[in-house]
Amino acid sequence: MMEPSAYLLLSGILFGIGVAGVVARKNVLIILMSVEIMLNAVNVAFIAVGSSLGDVTGSIFAFMVMTVAAAEAAVGLAILIAIYRLKETIDITELSILKW
Amino acid sequence: MEPALFIVFGAIAVGGAIMVVTRRHPMASALYLILTLFAVAGLFVLRQAHFLAAIQVIVYAGAVVVLFVFVIMLINVPEDKLPVERVTGMRFLGVVVAGLLILESALIVRRSGMAGTPAADSGSVEAVGRALFTDYLLAFELTSVLLLAAVIGAIALAKKKI
Repeated sequence: MMEPSAYLLLSGILFGIGVAGVVARKNVLIILMSVEIMLNAVNVAFIAVGSSLGDVTGSIFAFMVMTVAAAEAAVGLAILIAIYRLKETIDITELSILKW
Repeated sequence: MEPALFIVFGAIAVGGAIMVVTRRHPMASALYLILTLFAVAGLFVLRQAHFLAAIQVIVYAGAVVVLFVFVIMLINVPEDKLPVERVTGMRFLGVVVAGLLILESALIVRRSGMAGTPAADSGSVEAVGRALFTDYLLAFELTSVLLLAAVIGAIALAKKKI
């Protein structure tokens, strides 16, 4: 069994890539996918630490994170469809109705 | 065995994630996202979390990414109407900050020095199911309420008239 630190490092790298995608991309779909990558990175950390402690709680937490991710994807994509009907664009810089 | 497989799956996961955030067309990103999610499922198997690995493939690759692909095809943005991504100062700064975040997490992991005790089968279906339906029963039931709220919200938002 490996030490969990390698998994934690991988988790940090995946999370950083997700952050880069969220801050640097304009396409709303790709931003939502980057959020999924970030949630997955957190799951890797939960599983690595949980299994190295021999405890099932890590798995339970990762399970809850997955549920939230599924709900987030469903609602986020529904919002995206509603916005696309309204504005005919998926460019995040043009979606500034709430800004004044 | 585990270190070699860890390197293989980890490299696939990181490479796939980089491809997800750099592709121009969202459909390519979605397919690379599936690759990343499968690699992460492999990492879960390496950590003996078999239940989570199965759920990862079924829920993520089987449901969430299919939802993404559905939406990409449904709104079907023409090639010339995809957002033009130019490298500006602020966005370059954002990527630099993300890189610093990775560096920071690496430093924290190096200093924390977590010791790994071998785990028997802490993530098996039996162990997770037992904990889920005894200690975490309330959280599990609340999860179903969350999903119900998400379903109703998604239907309400995607209706023709809002």
